[in-house]
Amino acid sequence: MESSKVIHAIYTDDDILMAAVKDVRVAKYHIDEVYTPFPVHGLDKAMGLAPTRLAITAFIYGCIGLTVATLMMNFIMIEDWPQDIGGKPSFSYLENLPAFVPIMFELTVFFAAHLMVITFYLRSRIWPFKDAENPDPRTTDDHFLMEISVDNNNEYAITELLKTTGAVEINLVDKAH
Amino acid sequence: MYTLSNKLRTFSFALIILGFIGVVYGFMSSHKSLDEVKTMLATEAAHHEGGGHEVAQATHADDTHEVHGEAPAHGENAHAEADAHDAHGDAHAEHVQHQIANRPWSALYVAAFFFMMIALGVLAFYAIQIAAQAGWSPVLFRVMEGITAYLLPGAVIVLLIAVASGTIGHYNIFVWMDPEVVAHDKLIQGKAGWLNIGWFAVRGLVFIAGWSAYRYFSRKFSLAQDNADDNSNFKKNFRISAGFLVFFIYTESIMSWDWIMSVDPHWFSTLFGWYVFASMFVSGITVIALITIYLKSKGYLELVNDSHIHDLAKFMFGISVFWTYLWFSQFMLIWYSNIPEEVTYFITRIEDYNLPFFGMVVLNFLFPLLILMNSDYKRIPWFIVMAGVVILFGHYIDIFNMIMPATVGDRWSIGIPEISSILLFAGLFIFVVFTALTKAPLHAKRNPLMKESEHFHY
Repeated sequence: MESSKVIHAIYTDDDILMAAVKDVRVAKYHIDEVYTPFPVHGLDKAMGLAPTRLAITAFIYGCIGLTVATLMMNFIMIEDWPQDIGGKPSFSYLENLPAFVPIMFELTVFFAAHLMVITFYLRSRIWPFKDAENPDPRTTDDHFLMEISVDNNNEYAITELLKTTGAVEINLVDKAH
Repeated sequence: MYTLSNKLRTFSFALIILGFIGVVYGFMSSHKSLDEVKTMLATEAAHHEGGGHEVAQATHADDTHEVHGEAPAHGENAHAEADAHDAHGDAHAEHVQHQIANRPWSALYVAAFFFMMIALGVLAFYAIQIAAQAGWSPVLFRVMEGITAYLLPGAVIVLLIAVASGTIGHYNIFVWMDPEVVAHDKLIQGKAGWLNIGWFAVRGLVFIAGWSAYRYFSRKFSLAQDNADDNSNFKKNFRISAGFLVFFIYTESIMSWDWIMSVDPHWFSTLFGWYVFASMFVSGITVIALITIYLKSKGYLELVNDSHIHDLAKFMFGISVFWTYLWFSQFMLIWYSNIPEEVTYFITRIEDYNLPFFGMVVLNFLFPLLILMNSDYKRIPWFIVMAGVVILFGHYIDIFNMIMPATVGDRWSIGIPEISSILLFAGLFIFVVFTALTKAPLHAKRNPLMKESEHFHY
């Protein structure tokens, strides 16, 4: 089994972490991952992560929901059995449209919301019996951890850099693949 | 300090003069004699109906009269005798003559109300920002204060037109002002305790006085805060803003019954006040965004960044959807139950105003929904200007749809009277607003939330 080494630098303050991330980026080392107990505003930008496309998927899911609602009610209420229910005009979808709008709206929201959440779970790999991928339990409480991969034996240079960024702890870790 | 450029001043005067000429032309060309109207109707009938002239005319008269609820004055008695065709034709022609005479009045009224409502919407938005202690908007306060300067003249003009239409005019906007109509109309008689010119004018003056008083004091405290050495003016402004919002929501609701809903005195709707409020709120916010973008492009608002613009665009988007929600709620409830006494309101609009009635839903909902949904687009000035122009046009059509079916019926058009009324009040609005902007620095200096607003970033 091949193994690679990573450096875990631990911080106790999100502002110091942000500054450290910027320093490491300037020095052109690759940050594998940052573990934080809470969302740190602006961290994704500092790390240079691509913006999320979750909102775009939600829009598409909403359009699908609207289509489902329209096709469903058009088939049921207009094509399959156009009954006269309380004098509502069931000759065409458009004529009885106002009565369908509440359902069209709700299904749009329903599809957009639920499918987007499921997309989020899939992309983030979260599910009920998933093993936690936490390198250090303290990062769920009050510590911040930056993981930097080591290659070409540059661990000394990285460690020296990290020492200047205010890390309270720097560990070299073997990571089994 | 902002200085009004000569170009803008000339532009606004040009609009006023051009609009004034068009409005005068509209009034001059709307007085038709009964014979002229009859000839006109005969040509129209020959054009449209060919042979079936008599039948078509009879049913037509029937429709418009009943649907308008103005029947007692000219219609019902006459067409009870179905064979007395001459009397019938006369009544119809008289009805059409009145509608044609109403058009310049209504055009003027719609445009006056539209620009007044922008100022009132901005005043409500401003009060909310202060009462909510919003941290993002203080850099925009002076822009809002500039826009609300139009409220006093604008609202006085609206009230004057409304009262004048019933005193010097020939009851051209509000039928309940016509004693002859009231004499034959049990429904309006029942409402005469509320709907009479004297009480109407007094109520209007109370609204205007209240709004203007808030505007005056809020502006005063805001300017005083610039050079103060404590925050007492800010606190006072906070208190009167909270008080004003309570006053506003009552008076706005009553104003919408008086100034708009009473053009159809046989019809009523409970959420009408909210609906009018949504319209004025979104138009107001849109105008804040447009004027901010304009001033920023001229280099007067350095501290306004694209996050402020983004926030305004979010409000434009959100309140557009809110307007649609109320529009649809009002429409769907009435459409669904289809009770004759209230559904006539929408039947006239769907039959005679199909394109404006449904077109405004596209302009006010579909277009902003699709354009302003994307977060990046909300930061691009020309996108917001484009969406803003469409929203403003859509809400003009909204007011048009509220007033016109009751006054001119199917004789509507968007021609010289309407466009020149818009130009007239647009010119006045631009002149008043931009003159007010020159009166004070565009940066509210010592507002306690200013620092946060300057660094606002979304």
